[in-house]
Amino acid sequence: MSILSIENLHANVGETEILRGINLKIEPGEVHAVMGPNGSGKSTLSYVLAGRDGYSVTGGSVEFKDKDLLELEADERANEGVFLAFQYPVEVPGVTGMTFLREAYNSRLRYEGRDEADAMEFLKLVRSKAKDLNMSDDMLKRPVNVGFSGGEKKRNEILQMAVLEPKLAILDETDSGLDIDALKLVADGVNALRTSERSMLIITHYQRLLDYIEPDHVHVLAHGQIQRSGGKELALELEANGYAEFFDGKV
Amino acid sequence: MSIDANTAEQVKELEVDKYKYGFVTDIEMETAPKGLNEDIIRFISAKKEEPYWLLEWRLKAYRHWLTMEEPDWAKVGYDKIDYQDLHYYAAPKNIDRPKSLDEVDPELLKTYEKLGIPLKEQELLSGVVAVDAVFDSVSVATTYKAKLTEMGVIFCSISEAVREYPEIVEKYIGSVVPYSDNYFATLNSAVFTDGSFVYIPKGLRCPMELSTYFRINAENTGQFERTLIIADEGAYVSYLEGCTAPQRDENQLHAAVVELVALDNAEIKYSTVQNWYPGDENGKGGIYNFVTKRGACRGENSKISWTQVETGSAVTWKYPSCILQGDNSIGEFYSVAITNNAQQADTGTKMIHLGKNTRSTVISKGISAGRADNTYRGLVKIMPKAEGARNFTQCDSLLIGNKCGAHTVPYIESRNPSARVEHEATTSKISEDQMFYCMQRGLSSEAAVSLIVNGFCKEVMKELPMEFAVEAQKLIGISLEGSVG
Ligand SMILES: Nc1ncnc2c1ncn2[C@@H]1O[C@H](COP(=O)(O)OP(=O)(O)OP(=O)(O)O)[C@@H](O)[C@H]1O
Ligand SMILES: [Mg+2]
Repeated sequence: MSILSIENLHANVGETEILRGINLKIEPGEVHAVMGPNGSGKSTLSYVLAGRDGYSVTGGSVEFKDKDLLELEADERANEGVFLAFQYPVEVPGVTGMTFLREAYNSRLRYEGRDEADAMEFLKLVRSKAKDLNMSDDMLKRPVNVGFSGGEKKRNEILQMAVLEPKLAILDETDSGLDIDALKLVADGVNALRTSERSMLIITHYQRLLDYIEPDHVHVLAHGQIQRSGGKELALELEANGYAEFFDGKV
Repeated sequence: MSIDANTAEQVKELEVDKYKYGFVTDIEMETAPKGLNEDIIRFISAKKEEPYWLLEWRLKAYRHWLTMEEPDWAKVGYDKIDYQDLHYYAAPKNIDRPKSLDEVDPELLKTYEKLGIPLKEQELLSGVVAVDAVFDSVSVATTYKAKLTEMGVIFCSISEAVREYPEIVEKYIGSVVPYSDNYFATLNSAVFTDGSFVYIPKGLRCPMELSTYFRINAENTGQFERTLIIADEGAYVSYLEGCTAPQRDENQLHAAVVELVALDNAEIKYSTVQNWYPGDENGKGGIYNFVTKRGACRGENSKISWTQVETGSAVTWKYPSCILQGDNSIGEFYSVAITNNAQQADTGTKMIHLGKNTRSTVISKGISAGRADNTYRGLVKIMPKAEGARNFTQCDSLLIGNKCGAHTVPYIESRNPSARVEHEATTSKISEDQMFYCMQRGLSSEAAVSLIVNGFCKEVMKELPMEFAVEAQKLIGISLEGSVG
């Protein structure tokens, strides 16, 4: 059974149709990479999957673990195991990283009808995950994303993912803005989370990330549809040739 | 103190018979008839066995009040109060208690549950039982009191202080908020029924937080509460007012007065979490809270710090202030005011710099949701002798939805060229980005608002004593429920 099954998905932002019939199936444990030119609808796809307000689905269906994903609210999708690492992580002034994570973690536990986490245990858990990503304790005491460098924000997203252990992780350009060492750390972090159950949808512009995180499938998204799918060699081809072949006069 | 139908009936009869029997002499009576006049004030004073000077003071206030106009400049609108239609004195036994929790507004009970307030205390707060019925821990309070007394701390009701320590009360009452100060403070001076009194002796750091919660007979301080706190030279005290649970109270009008006096090198920290009944969605039945709070940093190097979290009341009009008289004295004001639905809050502070090198800090966080209106009104006044005075003011407003309002009205008056006054103001909205980010991590929309608002208020919340802060955090979430779709 697929973990995610997208069929003929159409979605609008405002009046404009951005997704024009997406088809995609992801099996448990698979890593799919989505590449495509700027403005082709990659982030839109991730928002539609995560249930962001203002993105209206006009056709098609999305099943997640046999559930109709489109019926669920954003927080329910998250608690069901959909995680989105944001292309542009959001600042939450006055709320420390630790508090934010604890709220998120406990929301999930409550959703599952379990007791909230013991504060000390949770602290230990977060610290050890942060250490793996070479993030200092100080970072967790600072308000979420406030004054973080671009790379720090991205690392923080991966930390949240590591703590929340989603079933489907969507990484939207997590590699942009990372220096080479950080890229490796993040990739290691992501690889450490690869299991036979957990699936990932990795949006990226650069083949380089895929050297570290080897995808099972690569897709090209352009003008709102998946134009081509292939193995990881497709990424190399795109790197060499660009997206010219997908622009036959359309945007 | 609301009066049950039976009592009201009796009072009516009394009013009819008033001239026949002469009301003033009827000391047996437990409830004063409705209305306000000199006889009522004499009656209150007599009931409380007050010394003559206090009666004189009350009467002076009353006569002055008659010449005053109710202020209407604050940006709050409310139904006119008929001052002749209130009872100004009623003995506790006349309280109209619900007989069990079944008779209490279920909305109120829901809130108690969310706050995790034990059943016994729910009964107390909603008025089903009296204070002493709940506080087996009255003994706890008594133990504390004994310890405090040993150290020389006086912590009792103001009525008791008037009886036991009249010279201290006479020296300080009205010395910070004079009887003629403003319409509501003047009314309070004429008719106040009870409140708290604290005196910390020279050099003592009071080792525990003093709280109205631990004052025996904290009940029935009534709508005209009067509090007086004095920290003698080098003393320190942290005082907590109120309780985070909404209190059932049928008095629509509350006009309290709080006076703080800090002598040389003394420090007073006064924290309030106020959550009176705001009324229904339209504000109906909510409390009008018009309170005068003022602290005098009378001594050198003294410090007074106000911290408040306001989520209740239908209408709030409140300006905790500091008079920085002593050289090098410090005034601080940290405030969170949340208004939802039809609530209106007009709050702020006044920092009056008189002494040299006096410093003040004002951090105000206003949150409006629903159709609520929230106004910050602040005055910073630097007097000619306040050489080197400094003020820093920061006012941030957060709007939730687009039917609410936030207003910032700073007044700055500097009469000393060496003074430095800084004012920063921001207005922001909870962004859709922030909401989605939180919800994508599993938080419900209400939890997301609560988290974001608590973050916004962080600088103020960290000033609250720990146990208060935790409750206040929960309270912020509860008071904003239903503010997002
Ligand atoms: N809120 C919005 N209002 C109007 N247009 C929008 C909005 N959000 C996205 N779009 C448009 O939708 C299209 C797809 O945007 P999207 O962010 O999904 O692209 P992307 O593939 O992620 O691009 P990039 O590689 O630059 O991140 C773009 O043309 C963008 O301008
Ligand atoms: Mg994008």
